[in-house]
Parts: sequence; C-alpha cells; structure tokens
Amino acid sequence: MRGIVKEFPGARALDGVDLEVRPGEVHCLLGQNGAGKSTLIKTLAGAHQPTAGEILIDGEPVTIADPVAALRLGIATIYQELDVVDGLTVAENIYLGHELASGGVTRRSEAARNTRRLLERLGHGEISPYREVGSLSAAGKQIVSLARALSRDARVVIMDEPSAVLDSEEVGNLHRIVRELVADGVAVVYISHRLEEIRQLGDRITVLKDGRTVAESLVVADTPTDELIKLMTGRSVEYAFPERPGVPAGAEPVLEVEDLALGGVFSDVSLTVRAGEIVGLAGLVGSGRSEILETIYGARRAASGTVRVGGRRLRGGVDAAVAAGIGLCPEERKSQGLLLDEPVYRNITLSTFARTARAGLLDEKAERAAAREQVEALDLRPASVDRHARTLSGGNQQKALLARWLVHGCRVLLLDEPTRGVDVGARAEIYTLIRRLADDGAAVVVVSSEIPEVLGLADRVLVISDGRAVHEGPARDIDEHRVLDLVMEGSVA
Amino acid sequence: MSQRSALMGPALRMGGLVLALVLLVVVGVATAGERFWSTGNLITVLSLAAVTGVVSIGMTFVITSGGIDLSVGAVVGLASVWASTLSTQYAAEDFGWWVIPLTALAVGLVAGLINGLLVAYGKMPAFMATLAMLAAARGLAEIIAGRRTQIVTVEPFFDVFQSRPLGVPAIVWIFVVVAAAGWFLLNRTTFGRRTVAVGGNPEASRLAGIKIKRHTLYLYGLAGLTAGIGAVILLARTTAGSSTHGTLLELDVIAAVVVGGTLLAGGRGTITGTVLGVLIFSTLTNVFVLNNLDSSVQAIAKGAIIVGAVLLQQWFAARERVTAT
Repeated sequence: MRGIVKEFPGARALDGVDLEVRPGEVHCLLGQNGAGKSTLIKTLAGAHQPTAGEILIDGEPVTIADPVAALRLGIATIYQELDVVDGLTVAENIYLGHELASGGVTRRSEAARNTRRLLERLGHGEISPYREVGSLSAAGKQIVSLARALSRDARVVIMDEPSAVLDSEEVGNLHRIVRELVADGVAVVYISHRLEEIRQLGDRITVLKDGRTVAESLVVADTPTDELIKLMTGRSVEYAFPERPGVPAGAEPVLEVEDLALGGVFSDVSLTVRAGEIVGLAGLVGSGRSEILETIYGARRAASGTVRVGGRRLRGGVDAAVAAGIGLCPEERKSQGLLLDEPVYRNITLSTFARTARAGLLDEKAERAAAREQVEALDLRPASVDRHARTLSGGNQQKALLARWLVHGCRVLLLDEPTRGVDVGARAEIYTLIRRLADDGAAVVVVSSEIPEVLGLADRVLVISDGRAVHEGPARDIDEHRVLDLVMEGSVA
Repeated sequence: MSQRSALMGPALRMGGLVLALVLLVVVGVATAGERFWSTGNLITVLSLAAVTGVVSIGMTFVITSGGIDLSVGAVVGLASVWASTLSTQYAAEDFGWWVIPLTALAVGLVAGLINGLLVAYGKMPAFMATLAMLAAARGLAEIIAGRRTQIVTVEPFFDVFQSRPLGVPAIVWIFVVVAAAGWFLLNRTTFGRRTVAVGGNPEASRLAGIKIKRHTLYLYGLAGLTAGIGAVILLARTTAGSSTHGTLLELDVIAAVVVGGTLLAGGRGTITGTVLGVLIFSTLTNVFVLNNLDSSVQAIAKGAIIVGAVLLQQWFAARERVTAT
C-alpha cells in the first residue's frame, strides 16, 4: 500500500499511510487508539474506499471495490468482533457466501470433509463441522474465522487484536497457528496493543500515528520497546499525571461502602472515600471492578452490604443514587452514557432537566446556559452545545459525561475506564480534570484496566482479584508489578 | 456544516410531507373539482381522520420511546362497547352524559396500563404484550356486546359530541386539541424529554437516573387513553358501540406515525409529522372515494406511500450520518 489517504467528511482518518507486507512474515501494525489502524484494515478489506493512494498486489495496482473483491484477491480479515453467524454450524459458517452446492442444493458432506481438514490444519480437529457456532467459546469462533480465511485460499490474513478475547493458553495456540500460516507462505498482518506479544510473534512493525506512517517495516528484533512507545505517542513518557496534593487530614468520609456483595461476582467489598480523595480499583478484566461500581450506583442489586453517602444509607436503584449525589461515567460511553443523536446540551442536562423544569415544563434556556458554562469550564471542543454527541471525539464525549455530573453537583463520582478510546493528548486533560474535581471536594472512584493509570491518578488503591479486595493502600507505595503479583496470588488462593 | 444539516434535516422531511399532501390536494381538485375542494368535503376528510389522528398521537409517544402498541384498535373496540352497554347508558341517563366518555377513557387507560405493566415490569417484548392485549381486548368486547351493535340513545351525549362549534364538528376539535396537547407534551415538557431519551438510549437514560420503567408504564397508559378518546369519537360519529370498531386501526396508525418521520427504532418523534401522515392517508382515501375507485387500488397506493416515505427517511438518515461524522 502506498500513500493511502482516506477522508471522511470533516476528518482525514488516513493521511498518507504506507504499508508493505511480504509473504511469509508476521507484520505488526502498531498505533494508539484513533491512529487509523481500523480504517486502514477496512480499506484493505474493501469496506472503505481510499480517497487517494494505491494498493499493489505482486506489483500490480488493484482496486478493492468491496469485501468480496478483497477475498477474491486473497485478502481475508478477522475482525475483533468475530463476524460469525451463531445460528449456523461450523461448516456452514466457513462456506458462508461461497457454499459448495450443485443446482442450489448444498453438498453437506463435502463441506464437512473440507471443514474437518481445515480445522485439523489449525490444530483443532476436535471441533465438529456440524456444531453450532454459537456454542463455541470466543477462541473457538476465532478458529472458525481463521478456517474461513483458509477456505478462501487467503494469501494475506489480517487479524485485528485477535488476542484481546483470549486467555493465555488460547493465546499460545493462536501464536502457534499464526507461525504455521506464515511457514506456509501466508502473510499475516497482526494488530495488537500488547508490545510483549509483538516482540514474541512479529517479524516487522509498521507504526501509525494520527493517520500517518511514522515508521515503516522496522525489524522487531532490532527495535527497543521504548523506541516503539516513543513512536506511537510521539514522546518518551507514557502518561503525565497531575500532582497529588494529599487529602486534607480532617476530610469527611463521603462515600462509605460496607461488606458489599453481588451474587457470584464479588463479595466483602468495603471502601471509604473522603472528600477530595481519589480511590482507584485495579484489577483485570472480569475481576468484578466494573460490577462493584455499578452495584454502588444501584444499577445492580446488591446481595448484601450497605452504601452510605454523607452518612445516609442508600436504598433503591439508580435514581436514588443520583438523587443522593452519585454520578457514574460508564465503561461504554456510547451505549451506556450518551444520546448520540441528541445535542450536547441535552446530554449534559440528562440528569438535571427535570430539576430545572418548572411544573414539568422544560426550561431549555437554563439548560443551555448550564451546559455552556461546563463546556467552557472543561474546554470541550468544538465549543458548541448544539452539535450531536455522535460528532464529538472520545475525549470530548467523556467531558460531556463529566459535565453532566458537574451540572448535577455530584459529591461522589464513579468513573469506569475514563480514558478508554481517548487519545493520548486528551488523556492528560481528563486526568487533570478528575484531579480538579477531587480538589473541589468530590469523592472519586476510578476503575481502569490500565494499571499505570490507576496508580498515577489515585491517592489510594484497592487491588481487586476474583471479586475480592486483596490489597488496600496508598497508591505511591505500590507499583505495577506488585499489583500484578497480588492479582495472580489472589486468583490462586 | 453539520450543525446546519442537523437543523435542515427535519425541515426537509416536513417539506416532503407537505409537498405530498399538496400533490394529493391538486390531484383531488383536478379529478373531483368542487366535490373535493368544498368546506363540506374538507370537513368530512377531517372528521374521518379524527379517530386515526387521535390514536396516532398516543402511538407517536410509544414509538418515539422505542416501543410499539398493536392493541390500540382492539382497545378502541372494547372501550366503545363498554361505554355503550345498557348499564353505562342507564348511568349516563341518571348522572349525566359524561359517564359515557369517562367510561371509554377509563377502559382505554386501564388497558394501556396493563400493556405498560407487562412491558416495563414483566419485561415482555412490546410486540408480544400488545399483541396479546389485541386478542384479549377484542374477545372481551365480543363477550360484552354479544356480537351485537349497541346503539347509543343518550341524547345529551350527542348534543355535546355532535355539536359544531364555529361550524366545525366537535370530533375535529377533539383531534385538534389532542394534537396540540401532544405537540406540547413531546416538545416542551420533561415527559417528552424522557420519552425521547428512553427511545434514544434506554441504558444511558437509566444510568442518568431516569425511572425508565415508570415512564414506560405511563407511555402505554397514554396510548390507551388516546384509544379511549378514539372510541368516544367513534361513538359520536357512528352513534353505536361495536366489538368490530377499530379493526386494523393499529396498522393505519403505525403507518401514519412512521410516514410522518417518527423513527420506528425510537429516539426521534414528531407530532407535526404524524398529523401530516394522518392527513395524507385520509385525503388519499377521500380522493379515491370521490373518483369511485376500488378500495383495493387504494390499498396498493397506501402501500406505495409507506414504502416511498420509509425509503426517503432512510436516505435522509444516511445523509445526516455522513455529514455528522
């Protein structure tokens, strides 16, 4: 691929990307969220058309008009959200779109025979071709996707964060399969956030940043990790965290959680957050972190335990929590937080429009004024309260959610993955903002899968493993390795 | 740029509907002349539109919230029957004409609230819950009426509902008032804002502290209430209650709402669009009747309008999305 440019109205997602992939290599594509990786592979897969630039295969320029054309050229893509049909069998999925058939009647036994051969090649002969795909694990579905790629005689296989959905044993198997594919002369384009994995598996690396290629075809073995980070972020330090002023000695506890439990997910969670304090919950995906926040918030019904805000016990659901001054910025901003096709100001006032209303009549003037004030205070860009939330970047969407709770006047803020999908520059801003909210007297609880983020931002940290708090202490006394140790020990015990 | 298109989108859609209505009027004038373009005929069009119109207002709220109510036609039938039983009519003779409309409204409201309970608290898909109500309400209406038409003989009832203030039938006034109230409720009140929010993203609304179950209950209650009002209009117009009143009304109502521009998926609703949708369909019927055309041909034309309107809607939506991102 040479000089690929992809423009969306109002944005240039790709601005001159070069990528050269050789047969028989694992070519890793590296970049921050929003660097253009997804757009690039969608262009290769025929889902997007490039605005400029050319794609060459064996030196011949080609146009990839649609996904079918991509497959015909031997380019198969395995997306992060595996695109298999749950209700069909393994064999039916593999031959979906190019069914083996005579006169409209499918040749089931032949398809099954071929499927079995493909699965054996992938080291998964134990999966029956007649099994329904919906009953397979994520790893199994991935195998089916791979088998489908092979059934098309793919010469280039693009894998978008394939290891994200797998546990460590399955990752090992995936790596073995990738190596075998490469040994057969297939080129694999491998996207991953795990630098360690890239080091194990990759041959060469192309780094994208802000829609451009910043480094092309680096040889993995010769490139130190900090250089890769520098290339990706454009600077050598990964995150910049605001100063921790320390919680004033006499600060009142605002949020008190005692022996909280949710059936089968977590138990015996107790924590106290004082005004001006940020408490971080560190733990792996599935450790129960997010569920703890949601249970405090009343979005899940606790099996036992109590939540107190300012000394008063909380009873009831989310509306009681909101009334008591708790705000949650949920993990999935788009699906859980925002009304994407509504203007920004209505998103900001979603929890308060009833309060500004008089006798059920909306006061949109007051709503806009309150929203505008927050948009300015948080430097939300573009500084318009009338744009639809959909048009904002991840960082600005997060600001809009924070603004919602600021307008509400929250005393307790629960932040679940506050910087997911937020680019590096905006992250620092969000961190500063969260710290400022705490300094203004809010009690903040932060959950993040990025352990450095929790450690850098929080005053105090709770390490969560398998639904239990296995450690509690000041954030400055613990480092990432210790946290991971604790997490591992916790899950063994 | 995107800001302007966000504002232009609804205006364009409304423009399309007005244009369609104007075209129908032109066709009406061209083919039926004075018989179409006369005060008498236009009032007839509006009178015939009143039932669909009133019920469509309630349906606009339900669809905007991402729901659907298939039972409105059957509830109109049930309410018309219940409000015209002999005992209701005796009570109306004894206490006053208002017993009849009050009964119809109460029946509609209760049926709607049952729908709401099933959907919000029973977590049933709205399609199934209201389909069950459709069957049950129609059956109950048949049992109560014994499959007979129940003539209303309470004169004061007709004195009120067949009156013509300012030369316009009371039932048309009811449509106008309900539509105006609906517009106000959707666009100017917290109830309306909640409706749009719940339809746009129920999970986000819940996590923002909106009591979405209670709101859903109210929404179906509102739809039932408008079905009750529809039953009153039918009683006034036909002078009788019948278990067959409102048969297939739900389809006309949903068609009018969706053609009007309310998103079937929820999150966007327009009362003005709904009113235009209702007027388009009733004008279409009128033009066909005046030209002595077969009702089957009319059904085909209706189908074509629905397809055309939805295709246009999707086209607008796709264009908006492109300019927005």
